[in-house]
Amino acid sequence: MTTTKPPATPQRTSSGDGASAALHIGTSDPRALILGNLRQSGIYIALVVIVALFAVLTDGVSLSPGNITNIVLQYSYILVLAIGMVIVIIGGHIDLSVGSVVALTGAVSAVLVIRQGYPWWVGILAALAVGILVGAWHGFWVAYAGIPAFIVTLAGMLLFRGLTLRVLDNISLSPFPAEYQRVAAGFLNGLIGGQGYDAFTLLIGAVAVAGYAVSVFRTRLARIRYQQPVESFPLFVTRVLLVGAVIMYFAWQLAHARGLPIVLIVLAVLVLVYGLVTRRTVFGRRVYAIGGNLSAATLSGVKVRTVNFWMFVNMGFLAAVAGVIYSSRSNGAQPAAGNMFELDAIAAAFIGGAAVTGGVGTVVGAMVGGLIMAVMSNGMQLMGVDQSMQSVVKGLVLLVAVAFDVYNKRRAGSAR
Amino acid sequence: MADNILEMRHITKTFPGVTALQDVSLAVRRGEIHAICGENGAGKSTLMKVLSGVHPTGSYDGEIVFDGAPVHFRGIRDSEARGIVIIHQELALVPHLSIAENIFLGNERRGPGGLIDWNRTNADAAELLASVGLHENPVTPIIQLGVGKQQLVEIAKALSKKVRLLILDEPTAALNDIDSAHLLDLIRRLRDDGVTCIMISHKLSEITAIADSTTVIRDGRTVETLDMTSGEATQERIIRGMVGRDLSSFYPDRVSSPGEEVLRVEDWSVRHPTQDRLVVDGVNLTVRAGEVVGIAGLMGAGRTELAMSVFGRSYGRAVSGRLFVRGREVRARTVAEAIANGIAYATEDRKRYGLNLIDDLRRNVSAAALNKLARLGWVNGNEEIKVAEDGRRDMNIKAPSVMAVVGKLSGGNQQKVVLSKWLFTDPDVLILDEPTRGIDVGAKFEIYTIVNRLVADGKAVVLISSELPELLGMCDRIYTLAAGRITGEMPVAEATQENLMELMTKDRELVR
Repeated sequence: MTTTKPPATPQRTSSGDGASAALHIGTSDPRALILGNLRQSGIYIALVVIVALFAVLTDGVSLSPGNITNIVLQYSYILVLAIGMVIVIIGGHIDLSVGSVVALTGAVSAVLVIRQGYPWWVGILAALAVGILVGAWHGFWVAYAGIPAFIVTLAGMLLFRGLTLRVLDNISLSPFPAEYQRVAAGFLNGLIGGQGYDAFTLLIGAVAVAGYAVSVFRTRLARIRYQQPVESFPLFVTRVLLVGAVIMYFAWQLAHARGLPIVLIVLAVLVLVYGLVTRRTVFGRRVYAIGGNLSAATLSGVKVRTVNFWMFVNMGFLAAVAGVIYSSRSNGAQPAAGNMFELDAIAAAFIGGAAVTGGVGTVVGAMVGGLIMAVMSNGMQLMGVDQSMQSVVKGLVLLVAVAFDVYNKRRAGSAR
Repeated sequence: MADNILEMRHITKTFPGVTALQDVSLAVRRGEIHAICGENGAGKSTLMKVLSGVHPTGSYDGEIVFDGAPVHFRGIRDSEARGIVIIHQELALVPHLSIAENIFLGNERRGPGGLIDWNRTNADAAELLASVGLHENPVTPIIQLGVGKQQLVEIAKALSKKVRLLILDEPTAALNDIDSAHLLDLIRRLRDDGVTCIMISHKLSEITAIADSTTVIRDGRTVETLDMTSGEATQERIIRGMVGRDLSSFYPDRVSSPGEEVLRVEDWSVRHPTQDRLVVDGVNLTVRAGEVVGIAGLMGAGRTELAMSVFGRSYGRAVSGRLFVRGREVRARTVAEAIANGIAYATEDRKRYGLNLIDDLRRNVSAAALNKLARLGWVNGNEEIKVAEDGRRDMNIKAPSVMAVVGKLSGGNQQKVVLSKWLFTDPDVLILDEPTRGIDVGAKFEIYTIVNRLVADGKAVVLISSELPELLGMCDRIYTLAAGRITGEMPVAEATQENLMELMTKDRELVR
């Protein structure tokens, strides 16, 4: 969300002619916009730079249709985890157990579908139910017993890894039936034809762009009606066109590969829903309030325990979603599945601008943070960089990102 | 000339924007108990910090002469090396270490090879404990002791440093009557053994009982030093010195027309959350619509504790008593229930307890009544902006927009955000705890104007303040609170700074 400094003289409009006013109100100094939102725009710039860097280093292979599809398939479960993780981090907690929960939920599903022969959807529902139960377990200890989340989820990490081994009897299970595999490896394509590319994918891309444009325009109108500062109209159009172009380019590339991955639809829906949940619901706002100042939230009548509890239930649910996607993609369940996933999810949230102390962060930011990690790993793999060096680079990026955040905050703190 | 162990001459200490001490002089005779009195914020603690080196030499003007020679302390170690030891109101003990370890913290009894000699540590500690009359095993962890005994450990620790001048900041504030009497006896005995004591206290009965002389400080200046043995030094005289300030015509006028009773608290008692003592003790009070009711009390009197316990039991344990809002008994066991019953409480520490400093004005204003803006859990962001804009306009909050981060606003504007937040809950009674602390004069006047507007609209306001002129200027009726008890109630027409201070310092007679 781009906010701007207010115009020097507040402009008043009657609520009637909002639409015409939308065309010529607001500030248009892009420098002020970028500098004023360095914290948010910083990661977008970083993502663009990293994408460009690897495009050059790999002679464009990293932006090829096949590779873009690959990135989506490969990192979708990390992004799903990052959605839940950023909410937990905004609330001032952490969850170290999600890797184990991914393994456990995948294992439960595999045992039911592969070993017991239940239909594929039974496996998915059971996995989601197990994830929710695990989340409730964590939520109980954090919210009602008052144990720090670090300890509770560290215990959970060991506990649920152990249960995974028990459930699987220490062996891998595979393969899943074709329907189950479609969750992570399936595509929607050929529904309305096309000449060497998938028209359906392009149509969905276009719908997304149109939806985005309508939604931001309505926000703009409402802001003007409530006499809030907005960016100037040309700048607004530029922003919409830029976002639209990126989405359409992305859709174009996908359309020239295998079409629209089902998992991308799942991810898009989750991002959309959780973006709204964090920004627009009472629950989301309570999460920010608790992470920002726990005492003030308590003294404002926020039911801190309830919010903390549901925060972890939600994390368990999303870990189960990631567990289903991962088991589907790897076409089976392994005792060591999901190892270290929690660290990737946590890194995504922090690179995406979440604050270590809580109260700050966005779902979209965590997605961009996750994509930065994804593009980097993928690019380095394409270049044949050694696994050890990949790890070094990822570690340094995380450190620099959080250092930048801390530096920014210190600067903001001393600004007064 | 008298034999003075300490002379502080013409001490001036300024902080950015504030002069905390202005040309303060203090002379303490060898072997006496010297009390220092003054209102909250008069500069007592700052003076002691200058003396003990917390504010190092060079950060203040003036001269300190100790034992006949000028001294320049660069830190607390320097002053302790000369035998000046300060015991702060907030005790500085490590809870999970033993008594002996605490006594010799930073001053460990070492044996050969620099290792700690535990036998000597514990033997020396036992000896020191005996000299302060504390019969506990030196290996007992501090956390197992009550506050009274912890206070004695602090004194034992001071004795281990070969103390010659002992400074006690409000030593009995957290103690019950028996422990207080015990401690005062010990201080007398130390004096007889040759330890000079400086004691900061709000309890005038204590001071008249124990002090040999008393220095009164007001607004960062010395008012006078009284010889307590001469008979001229009565409690009334000390009170006059503490409050002798002009009541400026700084408070906006208001015609008061109190209506029906809005809040009644009956027989309200609250225990300290961890210690075994009553912080609020059998309080009864009423507030009517269109009325500003003041609560006057010194630090530690239980003002905030009373307010917070009424506000959804957000302080203390074993809260007992009855609470009525508009004549109907209510159970406000959580903050949410208190808000739902029309009670609002604006905290004295807005940065820690009042605001989410990293969030914007809009979300801070809506935080306490977000459900009013929501349907089925979805917040109407546009209405929220409107509410925040209304607050910004009505309160004259100086912020670039409602999207401004509140941490970057000035103290006065932050306080107005807090007020907007509570007004949006549409309370019947608004409890304001030190609403003008740390904000400049112009903003204070604005806050007073807002309070007057609220009562004109029929709200009831409870005003807790350390500044007596503020209470006298703003209230219709004032209660005084001392040691958790209501010690008086009077209409403002009868109240003066002197009679309020007398009631605020009224403590039960000490157990002899």
